[in-house]
Amino acid sequence: MRLSQLEVGEKGIVKEFTDLEMSVKLMEMGCLPGEEIKISRIAPLGDPIAITVSGYQLSLRKFEASTIILQ
Amino acid sequence: MKADIRVALVGNPNTGKSTLFNTLTGLNQKIGNFPGVTVDKKTGFSTLPDGRTAEIIDLPGTYSLYPKSKDESIVFSVLADHSNPHSPDLIVVILDASNLKRNLLLYTQVADLKIPVIIALNMMDLAKKSGIHIDIDLFAAKLGVPVVPISARKVEGIDKLKEAISFANKIALQQESIDVESLAPGLIAQISSELKLDNSYYALQLAHQHETIKFISPAQSDRIEELEKEFSFHSQKAQASETIARYNFINDLLYDTVKVPETAQLETTSNKIDKILTHKVFGFIIFFGILLFMFQSIFAWSAYPMELIGDLFVWIQSTLHQILPAGPLTGLLVDGVIGGLSGVMVFIPQIAILFAFISILEDTGYMSRVTFMMDKLMRKVGLNGKSVVPLIGGFACAVPSIMSTRTIENWKDRMITIMVTPLVTCSARLPIYTLLIALVVPNRNVWWVFNMQGLALTGMYIFSLISAIVVAFAFKLILKGRERGYFIMELPVYRMPRWKNVIYSMYDRSKSFVFQAGKVIIAISVILWVLASYGPGDRFKHIEQKYHRPQYTQHLTPDSLTRAINSEKLENSYAGVLGHVIEPVIKPLGFDWKIGIALITSFAAREVFVGTMATIYSVEGSAEKMESVQYKMKTATNPQTGQPVFSLAVAFSLMMFYAFAMQCASTVAVVYRETKNWRWPAIQFAYMTVLAYVASFIAYNLLK
Repeated sequence: MRLSQLEVGEKGIVKEFTDLEMSVKLMEMGCLPGEEIKISRIAPLGDPIAITVSGYQLSLRKFEASTIILQ
Repeated sequence: MKADIRVALVGNPNTGKSTLFNTLTGLNQKIGNFPGVTVDKKTGFSTLPDGRTAEIIDLPGTYSLYPKSKDESIVFSVLADHSNPHSPDLIVVILDASNLKRNLLLYTQVADLKIPVIIALNMMDLAKKSGIHIDIDLFAAKLGVPVVPISARKVEGIDKLKEAISFANKIALQQESIDVESLAPGLIAQISSELKLDNSYYALQLAHQHETIKFISPAQSDRIEELEKEFSFHSQKAQASETIARYNFINDLLYDTVKVPETAQLETTSNKIDKILTHKVFGFIIFFGILLFMFQSIFAWSAYPMELIGDLFVWIQSTLHQILPAGPLTGLLVDGVIGGLSGVMVFIPQIAILFAFISILEDTGYMSRVTFMMDKLMRKVGLNGKSVVPLIGGFACAVPSIMSTRTIENWKDRMITIMVTPLVTCSARLPIYTLLIALVVPNRNVWWVFNMQGLALTGMYIFSLISAIVVAFAFKLILKGRERGYFIMELPVYRMPRWKNVIYSMYDRSKSFVFQAGKVIIAISVILWVLASYGPGDRFKHIEQKYHRPQYTQHLTPDSLTRAINSEKLENSYAGVLGHVIEPVIKPLGFDWKIGIALITSFAAREVFVGTMATIYSVEGSAEKMESVQYKMKTATNPQTGQPVFSLAVAFSLMMFYAFAMQCASTVAVVYRETKNWRWPAIQFAYMTVLAYVASFIAYNLLK
């Protein structure tokens, strides 16, 4: 299951990443393996999305969300 | 001013770092550039409780020492390079108490550089409100550094922070956070011994960043590269394991020292606002409403101060003309330099108002929501969600809008935004359009409600937006991206704007515009003044002599005599000669040499067009009297054909020319300032001129 497949309001726990370069940036922003992520909302045009992670809101494009694999 | 101690402010974006900087330094601050890079350097002075002076340097906000933008790369260079003139004695890391986990990542990296450090724990009030409890003493003890709780917004704890700065240790006492050596075993020791470094994290950072940092020699960089191969070092993998190790340390630390309630209260408030502001329908309506209001205000509020500034300079010029003896030096000073200066100063109200709005939108957190909503749309044409604001601001003036593109991290997106922003119809084009439309478009209604002149003007505005989008798309295909584009952006919690920051931002941007762009504008104005005031040989003398003959002095009033002289002088000046020279080139566009003069004189600023037209057709009264210019232009006929000069074809051809041509020295100057490379303004000038010529040519030949 990838993060991009979740609907608004659903939660998931990060397992691993498919893209090393992207994972470095995502982890710096607090998206670490074991961390819970909730989909807060989707932009009016369908992309990007906003997630809640380690206590704050982060927005990322759907493509970037698809590199995050959930448990 | 000589400082006793140098302090660097470091922190994540949206932590209140600028507010703290403004509070510590007051207006006692200076904006410059870091040597060799385009990043703005903000420094200021603060008096400590013991009477010593601290120089405070505000470093760009960053989430980590691994840079993602040019701005961020400066942070590591300033902190780590001891030969850097800004190398600090002490670092103040500002942490957002309501979002400690992510904030602490940067702290642990900075702490490992082993420079004395103090933590300023900001937004304590917000943290308390959302029920976060922090055991500050234990937190400080575990990290081994002084921790000062502050609220930069409410100016609380600032004195304590200043005290802590003055009592700070000269040696770094912070605890180790992670085992740095284990991230690149062998390599770190080898780099440290060969480059004689005493800090292993510094050595590791060099291994990661040696290709981009400027303070090590190419030989050293090559040697590090060799060593990396030898120890099979993989930068991204090492960075990933470092980040994981640091978050493990942070999680342990927070487990012992911080109690967070299950659901943070603050977030839900922000969520509620987001439900409306990023709503599918209301989100866009509200956004366009805000833009409309912004756009209206920039026009409405700046009109009066702009007029005042204009009048003030007219008064200064006329007074100086009376006081100073007439002569070329006075002319150069009064009409060239001061005239040029007034062209700069008159933009200040628009710049200040636009930046007030932008800083409010950024401060409240709304700007990141705009980016969030518009990103998909803008990405299609090679722009970025963040390009929306500069493009809309371009309706007022391209100069502050180009300055506001700094918020775009991606190099390619930012360059494209800078390249197309001047295409948007700015306020300087408005007098030209209204003049020309009034000349050729009949003032009557179609379908009862729509005024034809109004429709033509609206058409020019829409046309400019479309052309900006098309050109952006073309640049998207031409330009090569330097980095992989990504969009991982924090959506900060909504907050009230800090009015003090708004005022600082207005002041900062206006000041840097006057000093940076001002130099170029004045230089070009002086050149244009010389071109328009002097002629080859003794043509001017002959004109003076001619009009001193009785047939002129007796039949003409002194006023109209002066006008006749000025008009003929302009024709014979270098600018007039140039007008004749370029006539063959602009003839296919339907322009004669008189329009040629106006094209040349309005090179520095579009609005000069109307003034030049007024001088050439030497009208009654001042250039401001649009109707009389209009009348003269309407009655102007081509001496060879007897046809009116300003036909529908010529007027629209001229409008097309001004729609595309880069007739604005301020924009050229600001593009240079923002890109720090003459290539960009040159490319922009070239493509816009070519487009202008082609569009004019097509318009003229279609309507002829």
